[in-house]
Amino acid sequence: MTSMTKQPAAGGNGQQRLNQSPSAYQRESGVRQERVSPWGGASDSTSYVFRPSTLEGLRDVFAYARRSGLTAGFRGGGNSYGDAALNDENILIDFRRMNRILDWDPASGTIRVEPGVTLQQLWQYVIEDGWWPPVVTGTMKITMGGGLAMNVHGKNAWKMGPIGEHTLDFELMLPDGEVIHCSREENADVFHAAIGGFGMLGAFTAITLQMKRVYSGLLSVEAAASPNLAAMMAYFEQHLDESDYLVGWIDAFPGGEHLGRGQVHRAVYLGPGEDPAPEVTLTLANQQIPDTIIGIVPKIWLPPLMRPFYNNAGWRLVCHAKFLSSLVKEGYDGVQYQQPHAHFHFLLDAIPFKNAYGPAGIIQYQVFVPADTAEGTLTTLLEMGHEHHMPNYLSVLKRHRPDPFLMTHGLDGYSLAMDFHLNEGNRARMRQLAREMDQVVLDAGGRFYFAKDSTLRPDVVRAYLGPETITRFRTLKEQCDPEGLLETNLWRRLFA
Amino acid sequence: MTRETFSQERPLQPETKTIIVGASSGIGAALLQALVLRGHRVAALARRYEVLEASCDEANERAGSRRAVAYEHDVTDFASVPALFEQISRELGGLDLIVYVAGAQPDVGPHEYSIEKDEEMVKVNLLGAMAWLNQAACRFSEVGRGHIVGVSSISGDRGRSAFPGYHASKGGLSIYLESLRNRLSRRGVTVTTIKPGFVDTRLLANAAKTFWVISPEEAAQQIVAAIEARRQTVYVPGRWRWVSLVIQLLPSFLFRRLSV
Repeated sequence: MTSMTKQPAAGGNGQQRLNQSPSAYQRESGVRQERVSPWGGASDSTSYVFRPSTLEGLRDVFAYARRSGLTAGFRGGGNSYGDAALNDENILIDFRRMNRILDWDPASGTIRVEPGVTLQQLWQYVIEDGWWPPVVTGTMKITMGGGLAMNVHGKNAWKMGPIGEHTLDFELMLPDGEVIHCSREENADVFHAAIGGFGMLGAFTAITLQMKRVYSGLLSVEAAASPNLAAMMAYFEQHLDESDYLVGWIDAFPGGEHLGRGQVHRAVYLGPGEDPAPEVTLTLANQQIPDTIIGIVPKIWLPPLMRPFYNNAGWRLVCHAKFLSSLVKEGYDGVQYQQPHAHFHFLLDAIPFKNAYGPAGIIQYQVFVPADTAEGTLTTLLEMGHEHHMPNYLSVLKRHRPDPFLMTHGLDGYSLAMDFHLNEGNRARMRQLAREMDQVVLDAGGRFYFAKDSTLRPDVVRAYLGPETITRFRTLKEQCDPEGLLETNLWRRLFA
Repeated sequence: MTRETFSQERPLQPETKTIIVGASSGIGAALLQALVLRGHRVAALARRYEVLEASCDEANERAGSRRAVAYEHDVTDFASVPALFEQISRELGGLDLIVYVAGAQPDVGPHEYSIEKDEEMVKVNLLGAMAWLNQAACRFSEVGRGHIVGVSSISGDRGRSAFPGYHASKGGLSIYLESLRNRLSRRGVTVTTIKPGFVDTRLLANAAKTFWVISPEEAAQQIVAAIEARRQTVYVPGRWRWVSLVIQLLPSFLFRRLSV
């Protein structure tokens, strides 16, 4: 977990020092150039990383950026798969030291946090009072500032929308140092654009979130094998109303009638009185993610054990085994069991995939496509992977709904997140595949998601967001950041 | 000044970001072409901007994208190096490799002792390298990765009678690079010393007896191979290693009587 150290801001204070060139300044202030990587590890980047812990410190960094002619990008937990939290050769503001919980009301379930508070801090803070974050991602290492900037969603996106819908208000520091208050009533346009605005309008400095009441530390889970994509989607549609969470894992290797086979997990909250001992199940101890896999294998052994399988033939075998095990244990009818919230949600923390990827890393390509044509579109996409000899190693299916945020990825439909394993030889093939898939998604009226993206091009973004949306976002950016101080690699790649 | 800069890098198409100091002619110019073809994005530096720009244009045309950009710079202007180094790193979007190729070898007669010529050689061959590679060393050591390449010379292995100032400057450069290597290898940084024999460049015009002469393009190919293999000290071509070994083993009473 991030530490609670209240060190003075890396930005320092003396104004005269801020006039110097970065290297002179950094030598004097102890701020160094650092190498930072995206979550997928497919590239890396060097930046002047600042870690302010106070508003004053944050202001100093903006002032320093202005004087030195550098741009400033934001970074939270660093869990974006692509280049959303990178800013080559410029300033990167790491918010993880602004990590105080400012206010918590266990009666109403509203919590006010600084942007560097992680999802882990958040759920661990509220659960024993009987609350749970209404939207959680697959890893708890994200910061809430980063989560809001990307407007993240969870396995309940069709029901609860993205995190922005549970945000009551926030304070936003503009690059000139002014802090503005944004809510659905006040500065509503900035409210709806900064959420999902990938840090291009300003920095969240305080965020008020509404938690969800839970009556147990356990979820009632149903797991079932699924013979193909059509069956999986039918399962989704059939259970939308009666479920709180729905997620599908797809074995992307087989084609034909088995295309899209996999496993679905469905979970429902326990109602009041259903859990005989909520005071026990809601404790942190009960939510602890185990250190071993299947009860015996220490988690740290997993990356070296997975490495030999991390190639097309090996991973096909692993996926096959996983599917068969689901089929044998759960069958197409499914089995039910109870599971603590944290176990159900944070798969990416439970299994250290990341360390098994190898030096070239992975990218994730996630698409959001309208429900009525989703089956055809997703079938096409999975088949394209086969044609290009680029099967993806982890496909996750989720259901979504539209939301009122300007740059949103949300729509009434399905998302498929696909992890592609990179090596020295397949980058060019991956680029070609991504280009072709972009077109399929655009033709279907689909959308994309900046937290995951590494492959989009400006024309694709223009096509799915529409010129009007982009103009509105640019206008707001010019109002909030007239000097153009805020930039990231992603911004330069898609909007500059 | 609006100047065309590098084309946008894509996350799936990472390019090795390279600075070549002394890229307008000889080995430097050949390296520029070779590295751009190998997919590097190159900031090319030299005094003669027009020549350099033409060379960059040629490389970009062959690569089909804007991977090489010319920067006008005099390596003896040490004071301008830190700011320029930072500007270039920013425009490149990072830095993975720096190659110092700039070299001067004015004609020095057998009985000539000229402090002006010596000063030029020490400034271009040694102090310029220190100005640039110090910056790179500082940066690479902080981020824990990077590759420094210095083009020294077999002439730096021993103090021959021919060109005292040249041998001293190249000998100094070789020792400097070795020191950098000893400082930086534990920090994940590679330092490569290139020691060419006779290469058909301007510098060769003043050499007396030449043999085993190779073209700058051949030299560049061998240097690229050495860079990609992350070698430490490489003679170009390789057989000079054995010549150098013999010369280095010669005792002084013999060495000062021979005209090598």
